[in-house]
Amino acid sequence: MGQGHAVPKIERITGTAVPMRGQDIDTDRIIPARFLRSVRFEGLEAHVFEDDRKALVEAGTLHIFDQAQYQDASILLTNENFGCGSSREHAPQALKRWGIEACVGESFSEIFLANSTALGLPCATATPEIIEGLMHSAEEQPCLPMVFDLHALSIQTGGQTVEVSMAPAPREALLSGTWDATGLLLSQFGEVRAIAKKLPYVTGF
Amino acid sequence: MNRTLLQKVWDAHRVRHLPTGQTQMFIGLHLVHEVTSPQAFEMLRGRGWKVEFPERTFATVDHIVPTRDQTRPFADVLAEEMLSALERNAKEFGVPLWDLSSPRQGIVHVIAPELGLTQPGMTIACGDSHTSTHGAFGAVAFGIGTSQVRDVLASQCLAIDPLKVRRIDVTGSLGQGVYAKDVILEIIRRLGVKGGVGYAYEYGGEVLDGMTMDERMTVCNMSVEGGARVGYVNPDTTTFAYLDGLPFTPSGEAFETAKTWWGSMASDADANYDDRVQIDGTALAPVVTWGINPGQSVQVGETIPAPTDVEAKDRPAITEALEFMGLDSGAPIAGTKIDVAFIGSCTNSRLTDLREAAQVIAKKRVSPHVTGLVVPGSQAVRVAAEQEGLDEIFRDAGFEWRGAGCSMCLAMNPDKLEGRQVCASSSNRNFKGRQGSPTGRTLLMSPAMVAAAAIAGEVTDVRALVPVKEGA
Repeated sequence: MGQGHAVPKIERITGTAVPMRGQDIDTDRIIPARFLRSVRFEGLEAHVFEDDRKALVEAGTLHIFDQAQYQDASILLTNENFGCGSSREHAPQALKRWGIEACVGESFSEIFLANSTALGLPCATATPEIIEGLMHSAEEQPCLPMVFDLHALSIQTGGQTVEVSMAPAPREALLSGTWDATGLLLSQFGEVRAIAKKLPYVTGF
Repeated sequence: MNRTLLQKVWDAHRVRHLPTGQTQMFIGLHLVHEVTSPQAFEMLRGRGWKVEFPERTFATVDHIVPTRDQTRPFADVLAEEMLSALERNAKEFGVPLWDLSSPRQGIVHVIAPELGLTQPGMTIACGDSHTSTHGAFGAVAFGIGTSQVRDVLASQCLAIDPLKVRRIDVTGSLGQGVYAKDVILEIIRRLGVKGGVGYAYEYGGEVLDGMTMDERMTVCNMSVEGGARVGYVNPDTTTFAYLDGLPFTPSGEAFETAKTWWGSMASDADANYDDRVQIDGTALAPVVTWGINPGQSVQVGETIPAPTDVEAKDRPAITEALEFMGLDSGAPIAGTKIDVAFIGSCTNSRLTDLREAAQVIAKKRVSPHVTGLVVPGSQAVRVAAEQEGLDEIFRDAGFEWRGAGCSMCLAMNPDKLEGRQVCASSSNRNFKGRQGSPTGRTLLMSPAMVAAAAIAGEVTDVRALVPVKEGA
């Protein structure tokens, strides 16, 4: 079971960055619930941050995701508690389909982080000072490439190298190509049945 | 010895240590709904997998169902497609489905407890963040995304990281007009919307001990709004009494055996906690949110804060919230005009919630400029409420009485705010756009406070409208 489904190793992300400023950006904002009314994930990228983007257009300005200089960005820079709220995987799905390949922020909600990892989308954290520095670079020089190295846990940009952190398990899962967990969970299924047989509510009290 | 419920449940369900460092955890109950499951079933199909434990998997429809006209096919073709997909998937994979034709249909976090599916000591997962609700029974229950729904369908397991445990004691007793909703809103206000990241919240103390299961579910439901993916209350005699006689609860001698095992899963008296917090329940007042996350709240007698009240880095968040809400720093929250009153959602749509609201609204009228909506959490709640005549009380007051579902909590069905409407809501999230209008505004509060606001047409202190509690 599980064989034949190729899962790539995620070791390094290279690209420009889009600085998404703000605390506690929830998944309803990343992808409003009305776009979850579908049996597919395809097309979600068209609606990422849709309400925020429209509100800014009406206010006569442009959301960061609408600004020309960030259209090819692949690293999303965020502040604290990004992706809080609803457990909808549609949020990292929409970001990934838009072109985001990694998130680097001050902190992430646990469910968002788990969902992102399950899609092969690494989420790394860094100190507020480092995030501010990276955001500043991305604002001043949007074309400046960044290299996020999951082995070294670093980001190299403009001749500088800064440290980032990742929880050991998601990092290992991404580096070893086991982030699509189902195959792993099915690989020793006898043990699963053995545990189920020990649970009185499964076997009957 | 010294173990918390979380640790005991963890130990009982641990399959193995994975090479990544995570734990492979057996999931005792998997709840499925129409929004986060279709892609997961599709992935199973694509990879030739089956549902390994269909007898531990249950499905219902709640998020997209219309609450007014439920005739099939739905007028909304997207909703119809989602429901059809779930029907097809449930049939093909052998998963029981309670759809609109079943008296067991309702919000997934309302029906599993009322059917006795949710039991102490279990691990429970569902593709919905408010799965923390089931922690009220002493289960370890948490929300997952669609890829993890696929994992559980295919393997009945998840790869997860350990959590720390924060014990939150609420001491004393709640005053009249102060409810479970106020307790959890106050906890989130004090500990913050990210205060619980990395933790499971264990709720206890005299206030939690004295709560009904419905009330405990309200508290555990919103753990995730405080950043805690898991929240729970240790099982006790209140839990066992609730479970006795439910359709999926063991009966007779087996119930006695079950009670012993359930009780053994509670945290030991000398359990070690990673953190402890104490809150004086006697001092609590009704809480109302003024902003765009559930931590941005004040007690009903207080005024809306100013950006200068907080440290510099948090000021932009307050400014943004005030601008979006159109509220002024320094103004009292009481007196804020509302357009819509919504009583419902997995937080507050159970029978006791409806009773508390009905007690306030009885023999009164909804303010002429307010649209009032009551959406019971399940068909069973709806029937029970109708048997008590609660529907009459709400209708006589001018509320609409609807079918069961998630409804205006997240507006994936036709129940939506329009434009910049302000909604007094018994739901769980006041995020921008949450209730279906990108510019709509939500004030979270208890169902009784929503009822009071519906009558007054503005936020008002419900304590003036409810009788003093017996024995108080």
